[in-house]
Amino acid sequence: MSNVHLRKLSITLGGKPIIRELDLNVEPGEFLVLLGPSGCGKSTLLHSIAGLIDASAGSIEIDGQDMTLADPSERGIGMVFQSYALYPTMTVKDNMSFGLKMAGTPKAEIARRVGRAAEMLQLDALLSRKPAQLSGGQRQRVAIGRALVREAGVFLFDEPLSNLDAKLRAELRRELKLLHARLGSTMIYVTHDQVEAMTLATRIVVMEKGAVQQIGTPADVYERPANRFVAGFLGAPAMNFIDGEIDLHQRFSARGLALALRQPVPAGAATLGVRPEHVRIEADGPLAGAVTLVEPMGNHQVLWLDCGGQVLSAIVHGPDVYTAGQALRFGIDAARVSLFDAASGGRL
Amino acid sequence: MMAQTTLATPAVQAPAVARPRRRRFTPARIGIYVFLFGAALFFLLPLYVMAVTSLKGMDEIRAGSILALPGAWTVEPWRQAWSEVCTGASCEGIRGGFWNSVRITLPSTILPILIGAVNGYALSFWRPRGANILFGVLLGGAFIPVQVMIYPLVRLLAGAGIFGSLPAIVLVHLVFGMPVMTLLFRNYYASLPQELFHAARIDGGGFWRIFLHVVLPLSTPIIVVAAIMQVTGVWNDYILGLVFAGRDNLPMTVQLNNVINTTTGTRLYNVNMAATILTALVPLALYFFSGRWFVRGIAAGAVKG
Amino acid sequence: MSRPIRAVRVRSLTPAVKPYLALLPMALTVIVAYLGTMAWTLRTSFTASRTFASDKFIGLAQYERLFDNERWMLSLHNLALYGVLFILACLVIGFLLAVFIDQNVSGEGVLRTVFLYPYAMSFVATGLVWQWLLTPGTGIDGTIAALGFPGFVFDWIVDQDMAIYTIVIATVWQSAGLVMALMLAGLRGIDADIWKAARLDGIPVWRVYLSIILPMLWPTIATVFLLLATSVVKLFDAVVAMTQGGPGTASEVPAKFIMDHLFLRSNIGLASAGAIMLLVPVVALLAPYAYARSRRSRARGHA
Repeated sequence: MSNVHLRKLSITLGGKPIIRELDLNVEPGEFLVLLGPSGCGKSTLLHSIAGLIDASAGSIEIDGQDMTLADPSERGIGMVFQSYALYPTMTVKDNMSFGLKMAGTPKAEIARRVGRAAEMLQLDALLSRKPAQLSGGQRQRVAIGRALVREAGVFLFDEPLSNLDAKLRAELRRELKLLHARLGSTMIYVTHDQVEAMTLATRIVVMEKGAVQQIGTPADVYERPANRFVAGFLGAPAMNFIDGEIDLHQRFSARGLALALRQPVPAGAATLGVRPEHVRIEADGPLAGAVTLVEPMGNHQVLWLDCGGQVLSAIVHGPDVYTAGQALRFGIDAARVSLFDAASGGRL
Repeated sequence: MMAQTTLATPAVQAPAVARPRRRRFTPARIGIYVFLFGAALFFLLPLYVMAVTSLKGMDEIRAGSILALPGAWTVEPWRQAWSEVCTGASCEGIRGGFWNSVRITLPSTILPILIGAVNGYALSFWRPRGANILFGVLLGGAFIPVQVMIYPLVRLLAGAGIFGSLPAIVLVHLVFGMPVMTLLFRNYYASLPQELFHAARIDGGGFWRIFLHVVLPLSTPIIVVAAIMQVTGVWNDYILGLVFAGRDNLPMTVQLNNVINTTTGTRLYNVNMAATILTALVPLALYFFSGRWFVRGIAAGAVKG
Repeated sequence: MSRPIRAVRVRSLTPAVKPYLALLPMALTVIVAYLGTMAWTLRTSFTASRTFASDKFIGLAQYERLFDNERWMLSLHNLALYGVLFILACLVIGFLLAVFIDQNVSGEGVLRTVFLYPYAMSFVATGLVWQWLLTPGTGIDGTIAALGFPGFVFDWIVDQDMAIYTIVIATVWQSAGLVMALMLAGLRGIDADIWKAARLDGIPVWRVYLSIILPMLWPTIATVFLLLATSVVKLFDAVVAMTQGGPGTASEVPAKFIMDHLFLRSNIGLASAGAIMLLVPVVALLAPYAYARSRRSRARGHA
């Protein structure tokens, strides 16, 4: 269980700065998720922690030791790749023991570690098979097993579930979470899928264009997003954004709606953010709108409303049926809204 | 833990392609460059010697080293090779062979490409029953040594009255070029979306209409590759030209061999080398100008199926 | 564009026939030019044909004569020797060139052009250039002698026992570039993540190539081997150009033996038997290769 400290880390690739002066502390035993859209630098960051990409400036410390220039095999890490990267001509057993053999580990020790990993990941029956004979989920487990036998302090995951279909993804996500609970190891996980991030992380690092937008627990990041980007990235359907003005009496007004705010915020142009689940359809609600589209989702419905020209999405549970064109009244839970500066997008 | 004395250089590209990095001047890296440079010298040696020999006078060749640059540059060997050397019956130089090769290569490129395209088109889009087996045998035929088929072909063509003529050699090149041409086009068409074909059929297109209006216009890249491969193969051919072309149409390669290996009297090495360069010129020029297409052709044709 | 919904008369040639018609040239080629000629040659090998084809069947007599023929046996011996050396040298050199070029070297484009251009030259041109290069006295050995090794002579090309090796040198020079190009394509097709995983495991680069990459390249190597082997069997032009089969018959090869007996020595029966024998290694290589491919593609569910 190692910790990882990144200090003023900068990475430049092909002349272009990808990561700029990033500071990050990963606590021992935590499951840290690097979340962001493609091109935000999360994969680059992970590869530099692994030592596969050189840092241009700054330092990387793993377990108190400066590993900035160390070789990947000497950093005490294990890594699971998106394409699994299993050696196709070797059996599962050989895949897991190859690195240890190269390092000169005694045979008995190799057998012990491989046995333990196989038992933990239910690979015992598959040890003599080759990767081509395994299913996607099995291959992923072997990839994890290969990282496990290194008995590393930190495990790095590079979008390991992206290549799988939705059902398998959900299944393996749960297995990963159980694995983390059992092992208690430090894990750094890269993904663009916010569902994975929310379900797996102890903390999420939201990244965009090489910079950290927010670090926090899933609850923090979801309920108190630090800026408009984070607010819009997490949650499906996305948060509703309404541009408007805050007056001196803590009232927010925009075309078609007005809301009394519960938090002290400075007056001026602002953007109101409210999640669909906090838009409540009530017969005696203060705001009026009309349904433009209904999306039935099985256990809930998503209603798209037109409110004086503004488009809002709302989530409704329950058996009520709504039709396009239907007029209705709704309210917004002022205790759960977020307000962002109109110019900078930062949280007010 | 390793401590490195040099600052990390902006190394490999984005995570997608991470090769084993190397610091700039390790002994291993120097070794790589030395090996590659040495290999390059070995590969360039004959080209250099050919060129240099063809520009010297015979006295320099006898006296000096084969590697030495010409002391007195002269293009006389080239002139002699082109218009004076004896290629068997006549002594008009190798230019006759050049034009013969041109006359052979052009139809022997166009025809196989056309037929290869139609074959590839039929095989990949229409897929008639049994066609794949036929294609498999065709491909197998490409590996059969030509000696197995030569004499019966001679008899066949003689029986048809065209043996030893231009049509004969073109036909033979068609027969032997068909497997690779068909393979190239078939693989290329297989990589095109089948939906195009389905849409065309729904629009009412028949076999030839779809080929002419939909498939052929999309075929430019592979036609270029096929042309390069076929021109190179036909121009460089020796054995088929020797047997089937007839005395009046002997290609340049055959005449070149006659010039060099059947000379009586003194051997004019400079003229020989000039003649060799002249013969190798067309495919070499094609190669140097179209390198990438050439490689693409090899990869597409050589990785069978 | 609306069409009246009426029974449409079937056009003159239903679409189903046209593909078959279009494939007629291919069918003719296969049946007549490939299978037909092979059958004819096979038949002739059982006859007593000399200058002209004869109908007198003599069973396997031509084959017996073939294997009693000293020149034929020498040509087989030469081909075996040549084949092993040629294929080995091409594979090793081509692979090394590909691996070294793949190390992110600068000037990769130039290097590839340099290694591959010999393949654009005809066998005849290759043979003639190397003949000149290896001419004792005026060739390369002259230069080396002048450099401080007086009396150094490289006369393999006129030496009975060594002539065949000169042909190896010339043809390896020509074909190694092709092997390099194919191997490079294979190397580039390998998942980049494998390299990362190996780095993480701390595996030294040479070991990665040996234990991981090379086994993964097996299909490419098999294809390359097949191509090289078939060009070994077909060896003719280079021998004619470089040594004319000499000195004497020292560098004779089967293809040349057959051609000589077909056209110069007027012994079609014997030549046909030789040609059929030449088929044997080709079929021996092709059959398992084709079988392996069809099994693999069936396993993957291809058409």
